[in-house]
Amino acid sequence: MRVERPSLLRRLIEPPNLETLAPIPKVATYAALIAWSLVVLMPLYWVVITSFKLPVEVDTGPYYLPFIDFRPSLDAWHYIFVDLGNDTLRPYANSVVVALASTTLAVLIGSLAAYALVRIRFKVKFASIVAFIALVIGVIVAVVELQVPWQLAVVIAIALFILSLGTIARRFRAGLGNNDIEFWIISNRIMPPVVAVLPIYIMFQQLHLLDTHIALISTYTAVNLPIVVWLTRDFFAGVPIDLEESAEMDGASKFRVFFTIALPLVRSGLVATFMLVLILAWNEYLLALFLSNANAQTMPLLVSAQNGTRGPQWWYMSVLIVIMVAPVVVVAMFLQKHIARGLLVGAVKG
Amino acid sequence: MTVALETKHTTAVSTGFAEWIDRQSGRIMVLPAVLLILTFALFPLIVSAYLALSRFALASGGYRLTFVGLYNFRRLLVGVQQYHFLGTFKTFGPLAWILLAIVLLGLLMWLTRYVRSGRAGVFGLIGRLISASVAAGVTLAVLATIVAGGFPGSFVTTLFYVFAGVAVQFVLGLGLALLCAQPIRARNWFRVIFFIPLTVTPVGIAYTFRMLADMQKGPFEPVIHWLGLGEWSWATEPWSARFIIIVGDTWQWTPFLFIVLLAAIESQPRDQIEAARLDGASNLQIFRDVTWPSIAPVAATVVLIRLIEAFKIIDLPNVLTNGGPGLATESMTLHAFIAWRTQDLGGSAAIGYILLFISTVTCVSFFNYVVMCARGYQS
Repeated sequence: MRVERPSLLRRLIEPPNLETLAPIPKVATYAALIAWSLVVLMPLYWVVITSFKLPVEVDTGPYYLPFIDFRPSLDAWHYIFVDLGNDTLRPYANSVVVALASTTLAVLIGSLAAYALVRIRFKVKFASIVAFIALVIGVIVAVVELQVPWQLAVVIAIALFILSLGTIARRFRAGLGNNDIEFWIISNRIMPPVVAVLPIYIMFQQLHLLDTHIALISTYTAVNLPIVVWLTRDFFAGVPIDLEESAEMDGASKFRVFFTIALPLVRSGLVATFMLVLILAWNEYLLALFLSNANAQTMPLLVSAQNGTRGPQWWYMSVLIVIMVAPVVVVAMFLQKHIARGLLVGAVKG
Repeated sequence: MTVALETKHTTAVSTGFAEWIDRQSGRIMVLPAVLLILTFALFPLIVSAYLALSRFALASGGYRLTFVGLYNFRRLLVGVQQYHFLGTFKTFGPLAWILLAIVLLGLLMWLTRYVRSGRAGVFGLIGRLISASVAAGVTLAVLATIVAGGFPGSFVTTLFYVFAGVAVQFVLGLGLALLCAQPIRARNWFRVIFFIPLTVTPVGIAYTFRMLADMQKGPFEPVIHWLGLGEWSWATEPWSARFIIIVGDTWQWTPFLFIVLLAAIESQPRDQIEAARLDGASNLQIFRDVTWPSIAPVAATVVLIRLIEAFKIIDLPNVLTNGGPGLATESMTLHAFIAWRTQDLGGSAAIGYILLFISTVTCVSFFNYVVMCARGYQS
C-alpha cells in the first residue's frame, strides 16, 4: 500500500504536529503580532524622538528618523532639567514620595486585613452598623445645620456609639461574617472617586491639610486598599495553614506569624500587588486634581498643565512624559509575568 | 465598630497587656483598613448625599448650604442642565420606535422567562426589575439622542465610552492572547511589549495621541494628505473626537485584558486540547468547545473589573479634547469636575451620585447575570 503524501496546500495550512505551526498560519500570526507591536511602540517612539527635536522641526512637519531626517538636540532636556530645575524636580519628588508611601501603606494595611479575614472568624452585628451610620449622619447634620464644632460632635458620637453597643449587641443577633466584610471592602472600588472627592476636599480643607503629601498619601492608600485586599486574600488562602498553626503552638503571636511566616510565603504575589498599586498611584489624576495645588503637585498634573496659552509645547512635554513613563515601564517589563499571574489568581476566585 | 467585632479564640483567659493584644489581634489587623474606608468612602458618601440635596453658596466668612430636595437631580434630568447631562432630544423616527420596541420586548421576555423558570424569588425579581428599568431608561436616552439625531450629553457619552471601549478591548485582548498562546518563538518578547501601555500615564497617552493625530505635523500627515483630508480636523466633529478617545483608551487597556486572558489560556489543561486535536477537531471547534468554557469565568471577571474602571474615565477627555467640540466628549466625571470648578457643588455631587448608581447597577447586573452564569457554565 502506498502512503499518500499530503498535497502542498494541505502542508501549508495544517500543522505536522502539536508543537509547531504550519507555514501560512505561522506567517499570519507573526504578522498580526508584529502589527500590534508597532501599534504599541509607535506612540512611544514618537514621544521619545519629539523630545530630541527643536521647536522648528516639530512645527515644519513630520520628521521620522533622528540623524537622517533631523539632528537630535538636547535643548528640551536642558530646559526641563536645568532652566526649570526645581519646577520639574519638585513634582517628580512629590510623585515618588506619594506613590511609594501610599503603595507601601496600602499593601501593608490591606494584606494585614486580608490575612485576618482569611484566618480569623469575625462577626459584625448588623444593628451596630445601622447605629454607626445613624450617628455619622447625626454628626454631619449637627455640624452643618446647627453649627456645632466638629471636634465636639465627633467626640459625642464616639461616646454614644460605644455606650449603645453593649445594649444593641445583646438585643439583636443578625450579623455579617467574613465574606460580607471582605465584599464590603472590595465593593468600594466600584464607587467612582468623583462621588467621594468633594467631602474629602472639604475635610482636608478643615484640617488645613490641602495640598500636602499627607492628604494625597492617605487618600491614595484608601482608594487602592480594595485592590490589595482582593488580590492578597487569595494568596493567603492558598498557603497551607499547618506552618502557622505549629508556630502558634510554640507561642508566637498572630502578628509574628503574619510577618515571619505568612508574608514571606506569598512574596511573589505581594510583588505583583505592589507593582499594580504603584502604577495606579503613580498615574493617578482625578484625586490629585482636587487635592493638590502647587506644593504637592504630582507629575500627571505637571504634564497636563503644559497646555499653556501658546498651545502645547510638544518638545518639553515629550521630555516630561518620557521621564514620567520610563521608570515604570522598565520595572513593569521585568515583573510582567508576576503581575499577570497575580491578576489571574484574583480573576479566578473573583 | 471594632468593639462589635467578635473573634473566636480558644486561648486561656489571662491578664496582661501582651495577652490582651494577642486576643484582639484579629480586630487590630482589620481595624486600619476599616477605618480608612470609613473615612475615605463611607463618610464622604454620606456627606456627598447631603451636598447633592442642597445648594451650595459662598457667603461672607464661609459658605451656606440650603436644603433644596431633589432640585439638583431634577435640573440634570428634566431641567435646564438636561442638554448637558442627558443630551438634546429629538422626536423619534420610525427606526427609533422599532429599536425601542425590540429592546422593550427583549427585556419583557427576559423577565417572563425568569418568572416562569420556577427559581424566581422576591429579591431576584426586584433586582431584575431594577436592571430592566435602568436598561429601558438608558435605551430611551440613547435612542432620543444618537438614533433620532439629537446631541448626546455626558451621560450617554460615558456609556458609549464604557460599552464601545470595553467591547473593542475585549475582542482585541482575546484575539492577541489566542495568537500569543500559539507555539511560536519570541512569545515572551511580544508579551512584554504588549504589556507596556498599561503602565503609561493616561495624561501622557492623551497628549501623545494629540500629537499623533495632528493633521499637519503628526506622523500620519503623508497618509492624511494622500487621502485628501488635509483641511479636515477630527477635533471639530463629535464622532471623530469620541473615536480618538476610544482609540487612546483601547491602546491603554487592551493589555490588561490581554495578559489576564493569556494567563488563563495557558493554564488550561493541555491534554484536552491534544485529545481534541487528535480527534480531528478544527481550531474553531477547539476554541468553542475546549478553550472558551475553561476561560469563560476569568473572561467574565476581567471584563467586570474593566467595566468598573471604565466608568471613571476623565483624563483622556479632559486632556485630549477638553471635552469638546462643545460637550461632545465630556464624560460624567469630567462634567462633575467642571460643575465643581464653577462652585456648583450640589450639581457636582448629584452627577457623582447618578454615576455611582448607574455604574453599580451595571456592574452588579453584569456580576449576577454574566459572571455567575460563566462560573456555572464551567462546573
